[in-house]
Amino acid sequence: MMHALIAEASISHSLEQQLGLSSGVALLIATFIHAFLLINFFAVVPLFFIWLERKVSGRIQDRLGPTRVGGRFGWLQGLADGIKLIQKEDLVPKAADSMLFRMAPYIVCVASFGAFMFLPFSDGWVAVAADIGLFILLAILSLEVFGIILAGYASGSKWSLYGGMREAAQMVSYEIPVAICALVPIVAVGSLNLNEIGAFQSGWFFNWLIFHDPFCFLAFFVYFTVATASCKRAPFDLAEAESELVGGFHTEYSGMRWSFFFMAEYASMFLVSAVAAYLFLGGWHTGIGPLDDLFVSLRNSSAASGEFEVGSYLANLIGMSVIVVKGSLLVFVQIWIRWTFPRLRIDQVMMTCLKYLVPMSCALFLGAVIWPLLMARMTGNTTWKEPLGKKVSVARPEKAEESTEGREVRQ
Amino acid sequence: MSGTQLLFYIFAAASCLGAVAVVVSQNVVRMAFWLMVSLGSVSGLFFLLHADFVAATQLLIYVGGTVVLLVFGVMLTASGKHVQIPTSPAEGFLAAGIGSLFLAMIVSTVASVNWGDYRAKLDPQYNAIVALLGDDETFQVSEEHPEGVELAKKDVPEEHQQYVWPIYESVNSDALTRAELKSAYQGYKQDNKGNTARPLGLALLGVRPDRDLGKETDDKLSTGYLLPFEIVSVHLLVVLIGAAYLARAKRRVDQVDET
Repeated sequence: MMHALIAEASISHSLEQQLGLSSGVALLIATFIHAFLLINFFAVVPLFFIWLERKVSGRIQDRLGPTRVGGRFGWLQGLADGIKLIQKEDLVPKAADSMLFRMAPYIVCVASFGAFMFLPFSDGWVAVAADIGLFILLAILSLEVFGIILAGYASGSKWSLYGGMREAAQMVSYEIPVAICALVPIVAVGSLNLNEIGAFQSGWFFNWLIFHDPFCFLAFFVYFTVATASCKRAPFDLAEAESELVGGFHTEYSGMRWSFFFMAEYASMFLVSAVAAYLFLGGWHTGIGPLDDLFVSLRNSSAASGEFEVGSYLANLIGMSVIVVKGSLLVFVQIWIRWTFPRLRIDQVMMTCLKYLVPMSCALFLGAVIWPLLMARMTGNTTWKEPLGKKVSVARPEKAEESTEGREVRQ
Repeated sequence: MSGTQLLFYIFAAASCLGAVAVVVSQNVVRMAFWLMVSLGSVSGLFFLLHADFVAATQLLIYVGGTVVLLVFGVMLTASGKHVQIPTSPAEGFLAAGIGSLFLAMIVSTVASVNWGDYRAKLDPQYNAIVALLGDDETFQVSEEHPEGVELAKKDVPEEHQQYVWPIYESVNSDALTRAELKSAYQGYKQDNKGNTARPLGLALLGVRPDRDLGKETDDKLSTGYLLPFEIVSVHLLVVLIGAAYLARAKRRVDQVDET
């Protein structure tokens, strides 16, 4: 299932079978292909969202936003920003701890990128398929804060130190409700495997986990709030509050190192949104029953032959675009929130988390656990939608039933 | 040397060097950084050994939790003399002595375990396959199980069924020759590597899949770890609340004094 840190997959399998490479070399090449695809995605996503952020903020403030670079909508603005940032001088302040100062942006980036390894982009399109994918994803994402704190400390500046401290306090508190809210849909599905969670929600959109029970419905909004906060997005962006701390933890950074922080921030915005799409909003399913059935039959039509599976490939491509669209819409909501709400004070941020969001998520978790028992007692029916991935087998060819989790990036 | 081995050596070296750097460096925050390198590499080792759950927990608890809190504490208290912690030679000798004693204990423990036996004891599925196929390395063809004859799913002896049937189901077949069964077993193992979350959860509730499921009588089940686990976590919570209470009370007294 989980092929350790190397993403052994059907890519490596096909390299072995068709090109006759030795298994080690095939594995190495497959790993590089996975990493290459993901790192490009990881780089392009922030580029797009930074442009979107500028455009949306412009529109919300009754401006046009970028219009000059790249046509009417300024869609090359992100690239222009990138070129500018590459040319900038890489400064390290005298008071800084230069090793940690240089290291911090990489830690942030690597943590954000590492989490992408476990995010499926469609049914089986995942670099590393793991049985407990969601757990590993959240665990790796939690390392991001370490880089931010190091950046704050190593800069040797008061503003940065305050930013880093706020970030540490905020993240340590907000990780708790994120994890507990993520558990609410997990209770309904009975698996931590993101692939199984996605496959569980096939059919019409009322099969999505957000409509599974009232607790899941509420948990989505709590999750989205805490996920926004855990990406240190406004109104929770106390770590970089410009009005108080100049730039917060990144005050002393310039050039590419500075941009690494923002690449990681926008990438993890997409990441938590995609996770929300998996946990609550149907994963790669469009939510229109007949349409999804069509894609499943497209997938199955070519599954019988051992050749290059065009149908399966197309179905996965559609699934991937559904996930990207869902994730992007949620990122859009995050941007919308940022430019609509005023920033909270640090004590308000902490109070929101510890006094409201943590008890709320605990109550939702408790409710989600009791709900199935209650429903079974009230209706006398214990055969509602069965957890533990039993439903998974419906959407795929019989052959793949047991090795659901073993399927990885195809072609 | 296979890729996995190479990665193993890289992570092992990183965790050891990180640990040494924690001891050698004198700046508290750098120590925390090296601690992160060391603990993160240990987590990488767990991933390589297909212990996914332990690896992710290691990352979440130690790297994402403990080290972050440690740095947070340092930042709150950081002022000139506390950031640099020089050690005297006497302390160095003492620590080196205790450290090497501990190392000797671990090495002697590892050396005293017969690892070959260990696997045979702990992996009932492996045992069942060996019982059906003979030794899975040499794969001798015997008279009672000639290679070409299929072994039907229902003909598997009852004590092996629960371990062997999933293999049949994984290839969706009711009858396999011994060669097919062997390759199906290898594929099943490959596909199920790292699925430790469910066995761990069951063990927490008192069912050890590796020991208990094969037993006919249910009088000697393993003990569940849920109760001790909960007691420990409640204990930690009490400690946290106590610490928060103590820290709060002091400030209140000050406020009363001022007014």
